Amino acid sequence: MIYNPLRKKKFRSQRASDITSRIFSYILLIVLSLVWIIPILWIVLSAFRCEYQNDGTYIGIITSNYFPSRIGFDNFARLWNYSYSPGKDHSYLRWMGNTMLIAVVCCVFSSFLILSVAYCMSKLRFKLRKPFMNITMILGLFPGFMSMIAIYFILKSVGLTANVSAPQLSVVGLILAYSAGAGLGFQIAKGFFDVLPNSLVESAKLDGCSNFKIFRTIILPLSKPIIIYTALMAFTGPWMDFIFAKVILGNDSDYWTVSVGLYNMMFGSQLTDTSVFTTFCAGCTCVGIPIVALFMALQRYYVEGVTAGAVKG
Amino acid sequence: MNRSLNFTSIPAKKENRVSKFFKNIGHFFVNLGVGIKNFFVNFIKRFIDGSVGTKLSHFIFGAGNLYHKQFVKGFIFLGLQILFWVFMIVSPRVNGEPYGFQALANLTMQGTEGSFDPISGEMIGKSESYLMLLFGIVTIAIIILYIIVWLLNISSSYKADQDRNKGLSASTFKKDCSDLLDSKFHILMLTPTSLAALIFTLLPTIYMISIAFTSWNAVDMAARNTNLFHWVGFDNFVQMFSTSSSTQLGLEISHRFFPVLGWTFIWAIFATFTCYFGGILLAILINKKGIKGKKIFRTIFILTIAIPQFISLLACRNLLSEWGPLNAILKDFGWIQSSIAFLGRGAGANENLAKVMVIIINMWLGIPYTMLMTSGILMNIPSDLYEAATVDGASKAKMFFKITLPYVIFVTTPYLISSFVGNINSFNTIFLLTEGYPQHLPYVGGGTDLLVTWLYSLTITNKQYNTGAVIGILTFIITATITLVTYRRSKAYKEEDTFQ
Repeated sequence: MIYNPLRKKKFRSQRASDITSRIFSYILLIVLSLVWIIPILWIVLSAFRCEYQNDGTYIGIITSNYFPSRIGFDNFARLWNYSYSPGKDHSYLRWMGNTMLIAVVCCVFSSFLILSVAYCMSKLRFKLRKPFMNITMILGLFPGFMSMIAIYFILKSVGLTANVSAPQLSVVGLILAYSAGAGLGFQIAKGFFDVLPNSLVESAKLDGCSNFKIFRTIILPLSKPIIIYTALMAFTGPWMDFIFAKVILGNDSDYWTVSVGLYNMMFGSQLTDTSVFTTFCAGCTCVGIPIVALFMALQRYYVEGVTAGAVKG
Repeated sequence: MNRSLNFTSIPAKKENRVSKFFKNIGHFFVNLGVGIKNFFVNFIKRFIDGSVGTKLSHFIFGAGNLYHKQFVKGFIFLGLQILFWVFMIVSPRVNGEPYGFQALANLTMQGTEGSFDPISGEMIGKSESYLMLLFGIVTIAIIILYIIVWLLNISSSYKADQDRNKGLSASTFKKDCSDLLDSKFHILMLTPTSLAALIFTLLPTIYMISIAFTSWNAVDMAARNTNLFHWVGFDNFVQMFSTSSSTQLGLEISHRFFPVLGWTFIWAIFATFTCYFGGILLAILINKKGIKGKKIFRTIFILTIAIPQFISLLACRNLLSEWGPLNAILKDFGWIQSSIAFLGRGAGANENLAKVMVIIINMWLGIPYTMLMTSGILMNIPSDLYEAATVDGASKAKMFFKITLPYVIFVTTPYLISSFVGNINSFNTIFLLTEGYPQHLPYVGGGTDLLVTWLYSLTITNKQYNTGAVIGILTFIITATITLVTYRRSKAYKEEDTFQ
């Protein structure tokens, strides 16, 4: 190679500017990471915080030191024994149990509905296909809210909301409300099936396979990523949703989900002692850790689904 | 539907668009007319051509199938017909209100106030208007289903006729069932969703639209000690846009509707675009060549997506509250004397500050999501584009604006639209952070209320169901217009089929 001093000089200055830009990028990234992590870490740290005043009383919210000076599990013990109102023991455990039940049932129902609709829309051709897609799109435009109140009254008319005689039925109502509309959100799964080659289906048809058999033995085994994504979304939905649960589950704290429970714990009318903030943080940590772990374990599928969703809308 | 909306496809000349639009509407009605005409011609033809069984099945369900010895199918149809008429005539009561013919009569919304029963000391025979309305709608839906079953029963019988004429034996029940797994697989797969959507999406929507035309205002009704409301036509809509009103409701609407609508749009625009561009920039930053620990950084940001939203939102609300750490720190530094009401609560609450804070917190929530989404897309941009640009001596900024951004925007247009609509309906962020505060007493709608949170406080908290429904319909009209106009113009929609 011919020696070219000019070229080398250019390289050097470019490298220098590369390094400064890299340092700048690192600083920016670290600052941003801190901004994103501080509020979350604050909740987790507060959950483990147990600082007492000199006279032995517990201090709830502390603003003077970010990192706790004493760490312990007092808040989790408090959470375990937390009763939302007199006579309702272990409220938090009940909320976790309710949410788990709802999430598991919804996960099964919703995944089934979504996958079956998505497959039909993607790989089968029938007369009402296009109208069906247009109708689902238009229905999707009505604010979930508007129908939420109507759904509440529909459930109420058949006794599936918080009524005095059978409050546990409100949980059934909530499960129905969550999973019934799920089939209309088939677009991402449809996008996945669209990419699977049609020739697979056609050659199986030539071999005399029925559509059901093709779906069960050829398509489903290939669809692990989208099944996991759909199930993950359906399972985490009830843990994250707040407002549907609040409206349908009513006032009996025994049948609340964690989100409604924690909200009322912190901002409800029955706020009695100041230590509730750290208990609340402990509650958030207990919900957050399993959900985050689940997301992290299935991250690959989640990212795939999100990227597909970006393009398909 | 399909045709009438085709105006969004971009015609060659601009002035053609309008004429094409009307032409399409014309086509739509012509096609509709032809469709209806064909339907009736076929219907009459079937009646004349059909066997005795087919003729009979116009009146007795399943008669044709029984005639062709398809007993299971025939009895199912017959059973459905009997069930329907029993249901309509007996008019079973649920929670004191009837279904069936009586429910249809009740749709006039003339309930009774009931009478005082001296023995039990309670009112008896008191009507519940909300059940009357709901059951009326359900009954109409059941009648429509009945008509569909009626047509299915006729065509099933006619098909058996044709099979017989061709010398084939009529299909057995077993054959019909196995067809469900093969040539009619879509029916099997779509039925659960259709039924669920009918009951939990379509029925509520129709119910809510009807409510907008009634006087269902539970506060007024409780004050008058009644469970009855009536049809009021377009009164609620008129009230929404009239400036002078004597009622509390009318004042509320005329004072708060336009401010809330305006803020909803400002919010949607800012929330969508800050998160969108912030996310793209963050993705570029993380994916930059030579940055180590990409995975760690990405994980940190994904962490915030994984945490249930209500936790992060409530954490932010605590962080910024009057007694929260941020105010404490600012006080420690001596920068402020008294707490700042960041989220519109407490002394000296400032509406604009609350709005800015909400948008900032929303960026905190939304940017990681866009980052995650665009990361994959960024990697798909053909690298030769950049190489060519570098050879031509383009600057980094220029490459960003001329290559990266157009590419990403092109690919993610559908997401951009759906996220804009999603932000118009973004309930959680506002409700969990500010609950619409600062208040504008005596009105319900607060400074940071979006249409949906306002709808929530009007309906759930203040039980003004009719006004809530009107706002819901208006929100629908707004979002539907935006989506239909933009989405149908996008490539993703038009080329829905081309993947395969």
